[in-house]
Amino acid sequence: MRRLRTCFTGRVTAPPLSAPLNISFDYTRSLGPVLGPFMTGLRDRRVLGNRTADGRVHVPPLEYDPATHAPVTDLVEVRPTGTVTSWTWTDRPLDGQPLDRPFGWALIRLDGADTALLHAVDAGARERMHTGMRVRIRWASERTGHIRDIACFEPGADSADRAEAAGEPVTIMTTPIRLSYTHTTSEDESRYLRALAEGRLLGQRCPVCRKVYVPPRVCPADGVPTEEEVTVRDHGTVTTFCVVNVPFAGQRLDPPYVVAQILLDGADIPIPHLILGLPADRVRMGMRVAAVWRDPASWTTSPENIEHFRPTGEPDSPYESYQEHL
Amino acid sequence: MLAAVLGTGQTQHRTRRTDVSMAGLCREAIDRALIDAGVEWPQIDAVVVGKAPDLFEGVMMPELFLASSLGAVGRPLLRVHTAGSVGGATANVAATLVRAGVHRRVLAVAFEKQSESNAMWALSIQPPFTAPIGAGAGGYFAPHIRSYIRRSHAPGHIGALVAVKDRRNGALNPYAHLRQPEITLESVQASAMLWDPVRYDETCPSSDGACAMVIGDQAAAEASGRPVAWIRATAMRTEPTFFAGKDHVNPRAGFEAAQALWQAAGISDPLEEIDVAEIYVPFSWFEPMWLENLGFAEAGHGWKLVEAGETRIGGRLPVNPSGGVLCSNPIGASGMLRFAEAAMQVMGRAGEHQVEGARVALGHAYGGGSQFFQMWVVSSS
Amino acid sequence: MSTPEVAVVGFAQAPCLPSAGTTSGVETLVPIFRRALAEAGLDRRDVDFWCSGSSDYLAGRAFSFVNAVDAIGAYPPICESHVEMDAAWAFYEAYVKILAGEAQTAVVYGFGKASAGVLRRVLALQLDPYVAAPLWPDSVSVAALQARCALDGGIVTERAMAEVAVRSRADAAGNPYAQVFGDFDVDALLAERYVADPLRVHDCAPVSDGAAALVLAGGDRARQHPRRAWISGVAHRVDPPGLGERDLTLVPSATAAGEAAGLRGALDVIELHAPFTHQELLLRAALGVGERVRINPSGGALCGNPMFSAGLARIGAAAEEVMSGRARRAAGHATSGPALQQNLVCVLEAS
Repeated sequence: MRRLRTCFTGRVTAPPLSAPLNISFDYTRSLGPVLGPFMTGLRDRRVLGNRTADGRVHVPPLEYDPATHAPVTDLVEVRPTGTVTSWTWTDRPLDGQPLDRPFGWALIRLDGADTALLHAVDAGARERMHTGMRVRIRWASERTGHIRDIACFEPGADSADRAEAAGEPVTIMTTPIRLSYTHTTSEDESRYLRALAEGRLLGQRCPVCRKVYVPPRVCPADGVPTEEEVTVRDHGTVTTFCVVNVPFAGQRLDPPYVVAQILLDGADIPIPHLILGLPADRVRMGMRVAAVWRDPASWTTSPENIEHFRPTGEPDSPYESYQEHL
Repeated sequence: MLAAVLGTGQTQHRTRRTDVSMAGLCREAIDRALIDAGVEWPQIDAVVVGKAPDLFEGVMMPELFLASSLGAVGRPLLRVHTAGSVGGATANVAATLVRAGVHRRVLAVAFEKQSESNAMWALSIQPPFTAPIGAGAGGYFAPHIRSYIRRSHAPGHIGALVAVKDRRNGALNPYAHLRQPEITLESVQASAMLWDPVRYDETCPSSDGACAMVIGDQAAAEASGRPVAWIRATAMRTEPTFFAGKDHVNPRAGFEAAQALWQAAGISDPLEEIDVAEIYVPFSWFEPMWLENLGFAEAGHGWKLVEAGETRIGGRLPVNPSGGVLCSNPIGASGMLRFAEAAMQVMGRAGEHQVEGARVALGHAYGGGSQFFQMWVVSSS
Repeated sequence: MSTPEVAVVGFAQAPCLPSAGTTSGVETLVPIFRRALAEAGLDRRDVDFWCSGSSDYLAGRAFSFVNAVDAIGAYPPICESHVEMDAAWAFYEAYVKILAGEAQTAVVYGFGKASAGVLRRVLALQLDPYVAAPLWPDSVSVAALQARCALDGGIVTERAMAEVAVRSRADAAGNPYAQVFGDFDVDALLAERYVADPLRVHDCAPVSDGAAALVLAGGDRARQHPRRAWISGVAHRVDPPGLGERDLTLVPSATAAGEAAGLRGALDVIELHAPFTHQELLLRAALGVGERVRINPSGGALCGNPMFSAGLARIGAAAEEVMSGRARRAAGHATSGPALQQNLVCVLEAS
């Protein structure tokens, strides 16, 4: 049994806020002159290795010869049957793995190859796995030119599957990558977010340079935690800005709109935010603005409690008052 | 100990290099660099790889799977990542390995295969608890350009002048992604305003590409039958992304790196003594900003060099004869392309975009929120 | 080997915990910078060069290392660099920078919140992106394939592996930063279930959040320092990536790095970065570690494995053995990549 030590540091507060962060993209991998034919072969139920200058046949193929560094162009077809050279067993498959029931991972040397390929073996039970076992490819029913055209391997000494040439050469494979994280904030950031949930903007002053940071953080100039809490007003001055005219993925507003750096009264570092409530071409450096909060009933520990900033109608701040913040 | 660039190589940069794998892309640049340097694989002692975020290609530490293709097996392999400045940092790390006497010849390679994903997506992943302001890629830098214009009183067409110059230079460079010999001031000014004050033609493309170079010690340089680029000085500086009082227009990290660079290179008047400069300019307005930051002009006066045409090939300080980042932008390689072009210029191997009589050149890269700076000065002797 | 010119003069680490700290690492780094610099008797303004190791994929964000610079207090600006590798390789970069005369002092640091994602699944992305990663082979299963080869080859036994775990956990009881520690019985461990046959829980490093920082000084700056561990050699090498391309029981990159670093000769202590028990046994063979060498007095990565600083922490732990006078000559080892693909060896001496 593992025993765990716990350690408590710093002031006692509510635990830092955390939330899921999921990233997901379908990567498009261009394959080139070696991996392209290999993937094309898999689509057609053929396994192509290649032969390096020393005569060894590599499956999966190598793009460059490790000894001569030359491109490896000599493609060689090998059998869809092979021998397990190493294995392990997975009781609880992870998201994205070839099988969703317990299975074996194995290094498999296909007949005709000198190196081994990593793939899954649908053996049913751990007890059936052993080094030296004979396996054959189980092809996926739908094949696109992808390593997953091999659905998995299965125990067996021979194969009746026949290759079928079909279609254009494969040049690109698509690989989805989906990852889930928990993003954890610092204690300072959590205090800031909890204050936001109460409609307050919280800053903290650096004990060394005396500058007020919003949101609070370790002072990036001095490398020390900021500690003294300072309430900052939800009014401020536009230091600089850009007019976003370009549409892009994930955008929430229709262009054009203004994203500005806003120096809140009492803070020493600007925050970025939207300026709405006037035409984009009327926004000015030095313009006085105020936060427009959402309905208090919807407030959470989120900067989204502030919907945007609007002009206050006060006279513009003189350039000298914010020129140190550009 | 002395170090020199023995040879450089780069890929044909394109939006999508669907004809090659990641290894193939790197090897296109590496094989050209080895030929240019007259160096054989067994002579390479170590490999340094540079690349920007792993999320671009969806591979964690891709140098591991590339180790064999990059000829690194059995050798030391380092992977540098310093945001957009990484190509420059990679060259500087390789130079340090040689200057320390650790290695005789080091292969440095930097790449980005941006078409494997979408850089906009990778850079705009919004962590929880942050406001979804949604400014997009240019939205970070456009406000700082506005600040520059306000501070320097630069006329509005300066950015367009830079774009015209760089795109026409790119037309002279067979490797450039964007090659636009017909571009004019009017056509740039007629292009869409994306992030006011930044227009479409004033922004860099997204490219697939790689750059490689072989850096050698004095003995290796002397054994080379071809001209080499001696590394006279290198410099680096970093400051935080945001802090109270940060100068986004003229960041102190860039200024101090340049001052250290000029001092180490024995240069007292960079405008007089530098023959050609390759400066990392992803948005055209950064040319005048960096001219000031680097000390080629007084603060607020960089745009006057641009307006006077002094940064064109044939001007007092040709800037980005390769076409620069505005013409080719494989992010991880962009910095090394600047460093390589500086070397190519002083080696006299820049082809159509050669600056006559270039003997001393600057290579410059920056990254992050104008916070990571890498530079070198190379010379023909 | 010529006279050493660079020494370790300070080291600090955060406790290894199953879940601790922010995704950015800033708050974890601030106190360990302070402690490492205090031990080295340096002000942060006296540091000529900072170099870090971390991974964007640990945090799930591009440019995740950028924030960490805030922990330094990097204004006025500093000289700084970063490797997307274990910080042991940042250590190498800093060491070379001092050798080149470009810096006299350096702080090297690594950090990572391995618990933010499902670590063993995230690490699948280190495999070949065309033929292996799309199958999502997790890092524990990949290590298990290596362990099986070693068992089949008669190089290790499950009992010998369990003995590594028992020794490591017992030693970790004296290490306040360890996550797993205490007295265990080999037979009891061998009665546990497999997590990835032939690996059991005790064969695998825990998932740890943590960080480490180490201070280097060169030449006279090192000689002035009363407490130091001279670096007599550092080297690193990498092996082929394909799991089916190499004999997984041999670690030629470790062997070559050890030879290049001058590992041969009397050694009191070695800290091996072995996240799995069988990997310690393979590394001992590859590096020719003799019977009388004390292995992992800290408990090693099996008792706390903060990703991207665990390799640096091995060098730090070895340096502490020398700085404290417990060892005359010690070595630190770091690994990176699947199945011990990349390896670094650093040899440290008292004088």
